Amino acid sequence: MKTKNSINPITKYLTSVLKYLTTIMPALLWMIVFFVIPLIFIVVVSFSTRGEVGNIVYKFTLSNYINLLNPLYIDIFIKSILIAIYTTALCLIIGYPFAFIIATSPKKYKPLLLLLIILPFWTNSLVRTYAMIVLLRTEGIINTLLLHLHIINVPLHLMYNNTAVMIGMLYMMFPFMVLPLYTSLEKLDKRILDAASDLGAGPINKFLKVTLPLTKGGIISGCILVFIPTLGLFFVTDLMGGSKVILMSNLIKNQFLTARDWPFGSAISVVLIIVMLSVITFNSRTPGTKGIL
Amino acid sequence: MTKGVFVQLLNICKSFDKDEAIIKNLDLDIRQGEFLTLLGPSGCGKTTTLRMIAGFELPTSGCIVIDGENITEMPPYLRCVNTVFQNYALFPHMNIYDNIAFGLKMKKMTKKAIKDKVNEMLKMVQLEGYENRMPSQLSGGQMQRVAIARAVVNSPKVLLLDEPLGALDLKLRKQMQLELKHLQKILGITFVFVTHDQEEALTMSDRIVVMNKGVIEQTGTPEELYERPRTKFVADFLGETNILEGEVFKLKKDEVLLKLYEEEDIIRIPNLSYKLGDKFIVSVRPERIRIKENPQEGDVWLECKFKERIYVGSNIKVVMILKNGKEIIVNEPIGQNFIFSDEIKNYFVTWNPNHTIVIKA
Repeated sequence: MKTKNSINPITKYLTSVLKYLTTIMPALLWMIVFFVIPLIFIVVVSFSTRGEVGNIVYKFTLSNYINLLNPLYIDIFIKSILIAIYTTALCLIIGYPFAFIIATSPKKYKPLLLLLIILPFWTNSLVRTYAMIVLLRTEGIINTLLLHLHIINVPLHLMYNNTAVMIGMLYMMFPFMVLPLYTSLEKLDKRILDAASDLGAGPINKFLKVTLPLTKGGIISGCILVFIPTLGLFFVTDLMGGSKVILMSNLIKNQFLTARDWPFGSAISVVLIIVMLSVITFNSRTPGTKGIL
Repeated sequence: MTKGVFVQLLNICKSFDKDEAIIKNLDLDIRQGEFLTLLGPSGCGKTTTLRMIAGFELPTSGCIVIDGENITEMPPYLRCVNTVFQNYALFPHMNIYDNIAFGLKMKKMTKKAIKDKVNEMLKMVQLEGYENRMPSQLSGGQMQRVAIARAVVNSPKVLLLDEPLGALDLKLRKQMQLELKHLQKILGITFVFVTHDQEEALTMSDRIVVMNKGVIEQTGTPEELYERPRTKFVADFLGETNILEGEVFKLKKDEVLLKLYEEEDIIRIPNLSYKLGDKFIVSVRPERIRIKENPQEGDVWLECKFKERIYVGSNIKVVMILKNGKEIIVNEPIGQNFIFSDEIKNYFVTWNPNHTIVIKA
């Protein structure tokens, strides 16, 4: 009995560790191979030097990061974040009423309305961007229509500027805003809204004091889901912004594919990752977002 | 408008979409300062009626008058009534203080006045020191008190309570019933209380409105409804009872002989100018019936056999079988100790004719 007891804890511990490892091993392997190793690689490369033919020379340097302090890049950096913020704000302002309408519409129409939001997802996003171009360009559908109706005399410049990029981003990211908002509005207990009216809150007060605070989780996760990908989307800027609009994502793409300066591209990527991570950590500290992200 | 009538529902009909009406031609007067209970099984329209008084539902036709003012179409936030909701519906993102202060803030009262009133309320519902807790940190009974305080603090003309005690356990429910009744006496506010629990209704109400399938079956004091139900539904719904059906087959000077269907037995009921062939439903409360080996002169009696004896604590429930095979339930007081030696032997269930509740079918 005694000997058994003295052996048991160790074997017990080993089996439990083994059990634990076998359970999480597939996921762990996946994360290591496809996430941790590439990330470490990017970080390492960002401190390396570019070789003469675009190869990577593993010689430690901080020059990539110092390069980033160039006002030109700082401008791009600020502009990227501003465009992401504007896009997020626009998505929220347009998305909230959308989500509200879907959440309050009769039960039998809800699946259809949700489908209409998700439907564009089933098409390739590049194709959708080209569709937007067809709509917006100088000889595009919108301009032709407005000209024919004599609302305007000169075609509007809808393409190849910041507005075009934002319209494109908005179109791309809209469902990511509506879906979490819809979920939180749907979950909202109708009796709590009744209670607010019962206690004398008119429609505006009811919305500001009850609906809005109670859907804060949906708003925050929607904003994160829009803000972060917006910082990384490069093809929308490429296609709709022409050569006039360059954001961080385009800069990264150019460094990797055109300039073949992997170390500099990696440095920009690392900065972008830090920005995104800080946004997420900041938000995960806000109450009411648990379980949504 | 009769004096004392405070809330009037006039010929209210309500149907959702194109479905069958949930409320049919409902007329109801609620008096100033009374504790009125809407009682009925689920789906009888009692909650819908309450929600129409609160303003969450609009009646399809008819009108609602409170204190002489027609408020049928008035939105809920302008009405001078407040509701205590089923499952409380406290604001989960506000602490207890803000929950109770919500209505006062909407009225744009000064901070000082709000603070005084909220503190007074907290004292009344015995929740002093809980101001900064969140609703999720409270027990069911405490949330219930907050919900009541949140409504009462606005000094409504009518307080509506939608099955507020449904989520509490039995003991707490009994305690809250008395507290609510007590509160209503202190405040003198008209309470309209919705429940499906007949015992709760009998304990708390000044008057009970029994509803079934969207119509009012009977309105009256708890005693009236229990002792003199006018319909089979009311007799059956309030408390336990035995229902017997039959028709008049012999008229005597001061009593009528009622022949029970599917049975040779007869029972006698006081004659209130009934006619031969009139059909009746008779209800007898189990606690009014006694089991005897030999019936006494003047009592109503039916022959029966013993089936089951169940001890329920406060009394003994005895199930007897009538000659037609129907069961009749008798509540024997403890200490009676009637010994049923033989299951074959015939006994009699007897009761005083005054305890026969006669309902004309």
